[in-house]
Amino acid sequence: MMIISRFLRRGISTASTCATRRSWWDHVTPAPKDPIIAVTEAFLADPFPYKINLGVGAYRDDEGKPVVLQCVREAEGKIAASNFLESTSTAVSSKFVEESAKLIYGQDSNVIKERRFAGIPALSGTGACRLFAEFQKRFYPESRIYLPDPTWSNHRNIWRDVHVPDRTFRYYHPDSKSLNFVALMDDIKNAPDGSFFLLHPCAHNPTGVDPTNEQWREISSLFKAKNHFPFFDVAYQGFASGDVERDARAIRIFLEDGHSIGCAQSFAKNMGLYGHRVGCLSVLCNDKIQAMAIKGQLQQISNTMYGSPPIHGISLASKILSDPDIKAIWLKEVKVMATRIHRMRAILREALERLGSPLNWQHITNQVGMFCFSGLNRAEVYLLAKEFHIYMTPDGRISMAGVTTKNVDYLANSIHEVTTCDQDAKILHNTDAYRINTDIRFTSLGASKSRARGMNLSL
Amino acid sequence: MRHEFTSPSSAADRRLNALIRHLATASIESRTAIAFSPTSGYHGDSVFSHVVSAPEDPILGVTVAYNKDPSPVKLNLGVGAYRTEEGKPLVLNVVRKAEQMLLNDRSRVKEYLPIVGIADFNKLSAKLILGADSPTIQENRVTTVQCLSGTGSLRVGAEFMARHYHQKTIYIPQPTWGNHPKIFTLAGLSVKTYRYYDPTTRGLNFKGLLEDLSSAPSGSIVLLHACAHNPTGVDPTLQQWEQIRQLMRSKALLPFFDSAYQGFASGSLDQDAQSVRMFVADGGECFVAQSYAKNMGLYGERVGALSVVCKTAAVASRVESQLKLVIRPMFSNPPIHGASIVATILKDSNMFHEWTIELKAMADRIVSMRKQLFDALRTRGTPDDWSHITKQIGMFTFTGLNSKQVEFMTREYHIYMTSDGRISMAGLSSKTVPHLADAIHAAVTRMS
Repeated sequence: MMIISRFLRRGISTASTCATRRSWWDHVTPAPKDPIIAVTEAFLADPFPYKINLGVGAYRDDEGKPVVLQCVREAEGKIAASNFLESTSTAVSSKFVEESAKLIYGQDSNVIKERRFAGIPALSGTGACRLFAEFQKRFYPESRIYLPDPTWSNHRNIWRDVHVPDRTFRYYHPDSKSLNFVALMDDIKNAPDGSFFLLHPCAHNPTGVDPTNEQWREISSLFKAKNHFPFFDVAYQGFASGDVERDARAIRIFLEDGHSIGCAQSFAKNMGLYGHRVGCLSVLCNDKIQAMAIKGQLQQISNTMYGSPPIHGISLASKILSDPDIKAIWLKEVKVMATRIHRMRAILREALERLGSPLNWQHITNQVGMFCFSGLNRAEVYLLAKEFHIYMTPDGRISMAGVTTKNVDYLANSIHEVTTCDQDAKILHNTDAYRINTDIRFTSLGASKSRARGMNLSL
Repeated sequence: MRHEFTSPSSAADRRLNALIRHLATASIESRTAIAFSPTSGYHGDSVFSHVVSAPEDPILGVTVAYNKDPSPVKLNLGVGAYRTEEGKPLVLNVVRKAEQMLLNDRSRVKEYLPIVGIADFNKLSAKLILGADSPTIQENRVTTVQCLSGTGSLRVGAEFMARHYHQKTIYIPQPTWGNHPKIFTLAGLSVKTYRYYDPTTRGLNFKGLLEDLSSAPSGSIVLLHACAHNPTGVDPTLQQWEQIRQLMRSKALLPFFDSAYQGFASGSLDQDAQSVRMFVADGGECFVAQSYAKNMGLYGERVGALSVVCKTAAVASRVESQLKLVIRPMFSNPPIHGASIVATILKDSNMFHEWTIELKAMADRIVSMRKQLFDALRTRGTPDDWSHITKQIGMFTFTGLNSKQVEFMTREYHIYMTSDGRISMAGLSSKTVPHLADAIHAAVTRMS
């Protein structure tokens, strides 16, 4: 067989000698779709005029439209006017990193004054987490990462791709739909000393459940005792309470306690710079010298992956943070966005209660930030998409930013329908029903029961 | 029980009480995981205390040293970034125009791009490198994903190969861009070299190249510079490319093209794509990393694309789905600004035409610098054959100067270049050529 194929190859005229007869990539299987992005794709494909996208966490105004912040437009205008050259890009990057650090650590933080941090721009939150994961792998090759259960689905992918195994620590209490603080502290205590933990300092994604300040203090003390490394993923500073200082509280608490933390900052949501991929990774150090060493290492990791992040987004964010007038506009706009989301939470909850829903919807207003962990199970999520053209991730996470005064009633009615029309669904609603391949019977707007399986709603 | 306190010490007390509740014992286990921070505690050492300074990137380090030099005659011939006759960076007019158009379009939003980036950009990039009428495009056999410039495209391609390709070795030319081996190694491939540059002729070591590729295991990946080899500026002729193609196809070696200078080398976009198109025309598969850093002057905006040419549309589609899995945990989705500019220019025939003119002007200026430098050395009677300066192509000239000579030129003449003797012709102007010629002359005659 081999001889024949070799003979065949030689027999082909050299003018059109081509590669072997088969593709080298025949064995490549289709990849599973990213669960969050798959939701948007399904939404876009739906022709229903009143469809609602509650998938991706991208802010929408009350018209359901994406928003370009005014502070961003002002910054754009100023940047376009300047003659932008490569030689100034280092200066802009440095300024950006400094301003980002001030934003999260505090304008007057000692960390900044003493230059005790290594910071580099990153490709939004994803990029910052990835750089840190690579750095962690390089200098702690045997280490693991502890992720809260649940967490943003891409966190696992990131640490997996750098070959750092993950463990979870308990976080969300599905029954109370709030923080499982006792279990959380237990898991922190039981992890081996010196473990790496990923923490959401505010507006936990996907649950919207945050520890109180007092709980953060206890977590911080326990971290100290256990010598754990705290890595914060800051994707929503300003979005949780509407106040950037307040939303940084958890980090400030850890700083007060003397932790040398790591921090991934994203400006995707709070500046509306999603597509520009603007973020910052910082690692706190003992001193300036060490900070330089670590920064060099981080830059090297970045250089071998994509070079540096695009200068346009960095310039915008830097302008917004460093120009006092533009920054003032920004802070107001952040408050407006957060306020609208708070309002939608209140309205949605009221609407469900007004409909006489027997279920407890307190968590809608207790939870914080862009997302609400509704407690809807897979069957209900599937039904909402199929029958009501309302799209969310299979775990029942709702992006509140996608809720408007115009669609909130339809949303409430739909949720009410799927959670009360069917007995099985109601029972499942009160239990943890996230298993794949669950066969579920459910009604379809009062019509005959149809049988559906947990579809390809992969996690 | 304690009553309400407001002083800081009571807050600490509360925390201690809480801690006691949670810890079974007060003792702290030995910190095996953090052997490097023995004094951890309240004011503990950073867990990254053991991190040493990384060696400086040799290419970027040149600019750092240059910036520190106060001499008024200093010359930066390090980084391959285009400079005008006045020694200034250049933002192309057509790029400014495109940027302004985007800025003025108030309907534009900044939402996340799809994981693979802007669809238009991807299609147009494929057309640019493969040719607008390439059957691969018509047959949907190529998947193109937007990446961050050449570096990002190489990394994503290499990560994909490390996961899905049966051969994890990539052969890179000797020498090659300093970042190549690092990118491939970190992506999980093992790196070997093939002979490329002949220092005695300052040209291509074609015999060595063919020998080394012949002895590579079947299926190995081979990195090819599409044109304007970096750092040597030495490119195979078309006939030599054809021989390379035949050899590679007969050994089922997988080509990975790095196209960083399309249009920049000869001044013609089509001519500079010939090597790639030759390989694609034979129906075989390959990877192509494209960068718009130089040819569109978009360095800092990190605009590039990775194309994978496959045997069938079905395979291309599956490959694309797997590329997404590489991208999502790396940066989720690519940046919108630079690629929007490129797409705007590529899809508008007038702007495209303008671009080709500005591109040719840059390429022509570089060719002119080559000629001027060659003439200046000849005038000075500098020993040695300097014809390689005009024979080599693209942004760089591999002068043949050794590291001692380079060091001398930096010290005495404030000329900054990489220690391998590579100079960026783009950093020269008619005004500075004499200074460089003087420096080379001195280095060659006074140092060996």
